[in-house]
Amino acid sequence: MDLLDKHISAGYKLGFTTDVESETLPAGLNIEVIKKISELKKEPPWLLDFRIKSYNKWVSQVEPNWANIEHQKIDYQNISYFSKPKKKIASLDEVDESILKTYERLGIPLEEQKILAGVAVDAVFDSVSVVTTFHEHLKEKGVIFCSISEAAQNYPELLKKYLGSVVPYADNFFATLNSAVFTDGTFVYIPKNTRCPMELSTYFRINAQNTGQFERTLIIADEGSYVSYNEGCSAPVRDENQLHAAVVELIAHKDAHIKYSTIQNWYPGDENGKGGIFNFVTKRGICHENAKISWTQVETGSAITWKYPSCILKGDNSVGEFYSVALTSLMQQADTGTKMIHIGKNTKSTIISKGISGLKGKNSYRGLVQFNSKADNSRNFSQCDSLLIGDECSAHTFPYIDTKNNSSVVEHEATTSKISDEQLFYIRQRGINPEDAVSMIVNGFCKEVLNELPMEFAVEARELLNLSLEGSVG
Amino acid sequence: MELLNINNLKVEVEDKKIIDGLNLNIKRGEVHALMGQNGCGKSTLAKTITGHFSVKVLGGEITYRNKDLLQMEPEERANRGIFMSFQSPREIPGVNNLYFLKTIINVKREFEGKDDLSSVEIMKKIKDLTSDLQINNDILKRYVNDGFSGGEKKTNELLQMLLLEPDLIILDEIDSGLDIDALKKVGEGVNKLLDGKRSILIITHYKRVLDYIKPNFVHIMSGGKIVESGGIEIVDRLEESGYGRI
Repeated sequence: MDLLDKHISAGYKLGFTTDVESETLPAGLNIEVIKKISELKKEPPWLLDFRIKSYNKWVSQVEPNWANIEHQKIDYQNISYFSKPKKKIASLDEVDESILKTYERLGIPLEEQKILAGVAVDAVFDSVSVVTTFHEHLKEKGVIFCSISEAAQNYPELLKKYLGSVVPYADNFFATLNSAVFTDGTFVYIPKNTRCPMELSTYFRINAQNTGQFERTLIIADEGSYVSYNEGCSAPVRDENQLHAAVVELIAHKDAHIKYSTIQNWYPGDENGKGGIFNFVTKRGICHENAKISWTQVETGSAITWKYPSCILKGDNSVGEFYSVALTSLMQQADTGTKMIHIGKNTKSTIISKGISGLKGKNSYRGLVQFNSKADNSRNFSQCDSLLIGDECSAHTFPYIDTKNNSSVVEHEATTSKISDEQLFYIRQRGINPEDAVSMIVNGFCKEVLNELPMEFAVEARELLNLSLEGSVG
Repeated sequence: MELLNINNLKVEVEDKKIIDGLNLNIKRGEVHALMGQNGCGKSTLAKTITGHFSVKVLGGEITYRNKDLLQMEPEERANRGIFMSFQSPREIPGVNNLYFLKTIINVKREFEGKDDLSSVEIMKKIKDLTSDLQINNDILKRYVNDGFSGGEKKTNELLQMLLLEPDLIILDEIDSGLDIDALKKVGEGVNKLLDGKRSILIITHYKRVLDYIKPNFVHIMSGGKIVESGGIEIVDRLEESGYGRI
């Protein structure tokens, strides 16, 4: 289909680097490095123990190879595990101007955001949280929104209680690595019966060269509370591959609701597959009685995406949702999906997955729906749709269903379609140019997922999809 | 006044010569019917005029409003007033039909250097048309052609046509999949556009559509060219003896 394949990507729009003096540990991973990280962060001893326990486990683990992806071997001794801007920062005024400029170019001017929209931003620049806004306003409600490092200092009991409670330190190769070396990330606590007064948002950015980013996010929604949390990601263009191995843990107590939205736009590499982020992420939430966790993700970046945001539906009547758009263009590969583990009675889960492949992209949906023996009258609905643009890309679906309960109901629908030249021609015959025609088709295809995103995020997601598709049609 | 001039057109599709030396002139306000057996090249002519990707022009020229049509991208031809009602209109799942209608109106207006119409203005235009033609407004809320019946698809094509007010309308087998009542309705709609300035090229295998949209000229196509032109009397003769005699 040469009409669709004529052009090559117009280029990654967020691929600038920021010139900031930084303090970086030499490449390599061993006990000393871990001690150094913990020391630099002035961590309590129990946290160092957690890291060391994780490291010792990790050494015995093997990198998983079951995903439908191919990549060069990652040299874990060639990565630096800690980097931070040299200047110490106490308030927004002191933030290095070039860092602030970076955020502006990312479209999140912090100053403006303070006034606008009521979005609180915890911006993570490399390994250190640079600035956190809206702290005070949130504090009034008893909401804690801070970096993991701050939580280690100020809320050690909460952190100790919940860290590793949903994703155990020995969970999997990448999560264990993260547990050993995680540098920063976000900590959120919503008190009982509290509706978080604003959308919480974190923008992560990998800047320093040869630096892996290992952030850790922990969100605890206490009984009857609600929070909507958004994360967005981008990274500069580098020829080398960079590793990103994050862990996100969500705890939704009785009657709580956590809505977690991601727009992932890490550097995807070039059209020959050179460079790009290796994104190996473990995201999991636990739902207690009547609780609900909704994952929404729009994944357009990274050379490799390996992530399965999951829900453990432990409490009776709890609900898990997963809405996903994964776009692979250029030489990108994505193996992504979810796990819905039904443990409690009357638990419900919904999976809507939309995979889009263009150019030489490879897109796999991998999902597990499991009903345990006590999960009476539980239900799952899964819909996995794939859209192909051109002839060199591929889409794959790996649904796993595991039922130990006769009263549970699973519905699974899957479709694969292709943007055809005839469909494009029809739209062009109505006066619309080919690129707008493709983005119209793609946006239509993703509609159910985009509708789940908070309004401003949805606008960004649409723009990102259009941008990522630029050049995939002639 | 001349609208479309086709001169000695030669076209191949998938390495096979389909149109071989075709001439056709359409003036403003005229209704032409192009008839012929399946495979004679009449749909290929429609594709050539609209710039379909499968068509390769080997020779000849097409002038549209005194411009070289063959140099234009499909969307430019559309924005300059060429509209084709498709035999099989494509589906666009997830794209709201009303949104699509708004988009195509404003894309054309932008091309013409006019300001966008507001949603309210467009809505009024559409509602006037749907009530005039007794079209169920339900089709505005659905996705473009998605799950539409054959009749609904053709009705939707008609709605787009009436909103865009094209100069040259190509009706490719518009009666396929329509019962007589639906065809009558579509015919009425098309006739609304006949104000002496717009022109229509009806491509059809069967006569019945011509009972509802009356042509000034009838052409018979065979072997990649027009072999006979005349008035409606040709159709009556075809009715008696079929295409075989040509």
